[in-house]
Amino acid sequence: MRHVAWAACAALALAGALAVQASPTAVVNEATITEPGLPRTLAEFGFFTDAPQQVPAEGVMPYRLNTPLYSDGAEKLRFIYVPKGAKALAQGEKLLELPVGTALIKTFAFPEGGKRRLIETRVLLHRADGWLALPYLWNEEQTEARLAVAGARLDLVTPKGEAISYRVPNKNQCKECHGLEGAVIPIGPKVRNLSHDWLASMVAAGHLDAMPQDADQLPLWEERDGVPVVKAARAYLDVNCAHCHRPGATASNSGLDLRWEQQDPHALGIGKRPVAAGRGAGGFLFDIVPGSPDHSILPYRMSTTEGGIAMPEIGKSTVDEEGLAVVRRWIEEMAP
Amino acid sequence: MFRMTLAAALLASSAPALAATHTITPGEGAQERLQEALILAEPGDEIVLSAGRYAINDGLSLDVEGVTIRGAGMDGTVLDFTGQQGAGEGLLVTSDNVTLRDFALENPKGDGIKSKGADNIVYHRIRVTWTNGPAATNGAYGLYPVESDGILIDGCKVTGASDAGIYVGQSNRITVRNSIAEANVAGIEIENSRNALVEHNIATRNTGGILVFDLPGLPVMGGGNVIVANNLVVANDTPNFAPPGNIVAGVRRGTGIMVMANDRVLVENNILSGNPTAPIMVVAYPQQYDDPRYEPIPRNVTIGANLIDQGGYDPQIEGKEALMAAFGGELPPLLWDGLGNPATTLAVAPGIVGWNLNLQEQGQGLGDAQPTLLQNAPRPVEVFYREGIGAPAALDERLSR
Repeated sequence: MRHVAWAACAALALAGALAVQASPTAVVNEATITEPGLPRTLAEFGFFTDAPQQVPAEGVMPYRLNTPLYSDGAEKLRFIYVPKGAKALAQGEKLLELPVGTALIKTFAFPEGGKRRLIETRVLLHRADGWLALPYLWNEEQTEARLAVAGARLDLVTPKGEAISYRVPNKNQCKECHGLEGAVIPIGPKVRNLSHDWLASMVAAGHLDAMPQDADQLPLWEERDGVPVVKAARAYLDVNCAHCHRPGATASNSGLDLRWEQQDPHALGIGKRPVAAGRGAGGFLFDIVPGSPDHSILPYRMSTTEGGIAMPEIGKSTVDEEGLAVVRRWIEEMAP
Repeated sequence: MFRMTLAAALLASSAPALAATHTITPGEGAQERLQEALILAEPGDEIVLSAGRYAINDGLSLDVEGVTIRGAGMDGTVLDFTGQQGAGEGLLVTSDNVTLRDFALENPKGDGIKSKGADNIVYHRIRVTWTNGPAATNGAYGLYPVESDGILIDGCKVTGASDAGIYVGQSNRITVRNSIAEANVAGIEIENSRNALVEHNIATRNTGGILVFDLPGLPVMGGGNVIVANNLVVANDTPNFAPPGNIVAGVRRGTGIMVMANDRVLVENNILSGNPTAPIMVVAYPQQYDDPRYEPIPRNVTIGANLIDQGGYDPQIEGKEALMAAFGGELPPLLWDGLGNPATTLAVAPGIVGWNLNLQEQGQGLGDAQPTLLQNAPRPVEVFYREGIGAPAALDERLSR
């Protein structure tokens, strides 16, 4: 009964939003997050008072990551919604423990003709039976985003001017990065990758139980040249690679573990021989040869976009030159 | 009709809804229709790929358990990945109890079909072909089940893989049979896996025919309990075309069956012909490693009766002329590097002639070899304990559906 009421309420809010642009009374339709079913449009969630302009509805909090995942230079607009009456829990430096009813929302946009073109909005919904990842594809007119379970490909030009065939992942591909021990989990909102100010604002707003203490902080990516290269590189690998390259995840069989907290040099790839790398080995013997990025598999695989060699396998169509430079510098400065 | 009912009844415990069939036809939008069906399928459903050629430009994936993907034959339904733009494999399966049957993949950019953490999977009459023949630019593995328990590969064919045609890694309870591995670097490779049965296959024109390896530094180690029997391992004489760096890049052209660093392996009743380096090779892992869990020396390897001819006539071994002269023009069919406790490493059936490199420690190269004939095969062939080796019998039942 309550859900029916919610749905009716949301429908009214939606109608209101349609009638009056950017209605300040828009509310998130919590039932769309928690109830079974796959909403066909992004609008059904009510995450935005003005979705084309990415103006969040009440309770939908924007956030940024200290070191973000590279996605062909896409601008990424991140939001979190924690349901009313529930709180996220901070767990040391690790992922926030987010209550059922939480939604993580991420919109990918590229500049086009001097304007921002929205491409897709990915949502992660925390339901009672676990997290569900869904991709929503924006239409040409930029008025609506529709569910695209099978993903899509679009021709785009990146901010650096590279023409690419951009891949909107399908529902399964979401799991390739978000999968851990068979379940879907969020990747981004680790305490160590969120600013203190933002965490404090979440506590103040009643969305987070407490300020995490003694948590490691990943450096801000734009300040990478001002911090020890090991921090910048390890943060980059943690954010861009470790969701697959860790025990229990998609690339676990490689034995490579690129998480921030991993301290074993072999697990990090130093002196580690490849497994099942195929052409990806590029003729090299080890993932990382200290002092020799030119003879290391890891930067080799980062430096290409060719299927079967490129890392990561999905989610990028261009080389992240800045990320590659940091990783190369880290390897270069390792004592052989 | 009866079959449908039976299938539904068998699945009733895990899938309350009646199994549905989703038919995909080639043509406009086939890739999207297929991927959407793979996502929206319910446990127990069957996805039928009508005959024809499907142009696929992205990796496909299945994450729903109990699904069957059925084509119209390994030459009838062809998923053509020649234009593939992304993903590390043609098809990725991450759910349990999946059956893949009667279709082909051509020219995937990376691996053909990878199944990871996908227990009780059946690959039946699946073909993966890199159509331009052996090339370092081909994808790595044709069929690639990994980290899984219960794998049946039956009636499949893989050609042109730049690593291994059929590769099973870090898995348990495996059967690979009635399959053809042709013109790959490694034909069939069982790696860091236990309880594998490799039988009634043809491995030909690979660099190495059938490899049984255990490698260090992986999440799952301790490979063993492997039977390699009744296979035709012939003319594995393709020059190694693996990209350097991979472990199989070190496999010598003309290797028939190679056992490295495993525990309890039986090699018997195979026909081996035209494997010019060595029909059968039993060796230690030669490289440096830093993993206290790892045992680089093979243990309890039994070489039973095998039919062997035309082996060791053109070995890719340093100083081969002198060696061949010393052994009378052709090297004996069984090569052992000499590493391991003679009492526990190797048992050889009467009639199999071997030679011994007499290496003294792990990591030594051929330069340190002091070859001799393998004397008094270390111990007689014992009865090999076969219980529990091979895929669970229940997987066989799916073949007749």
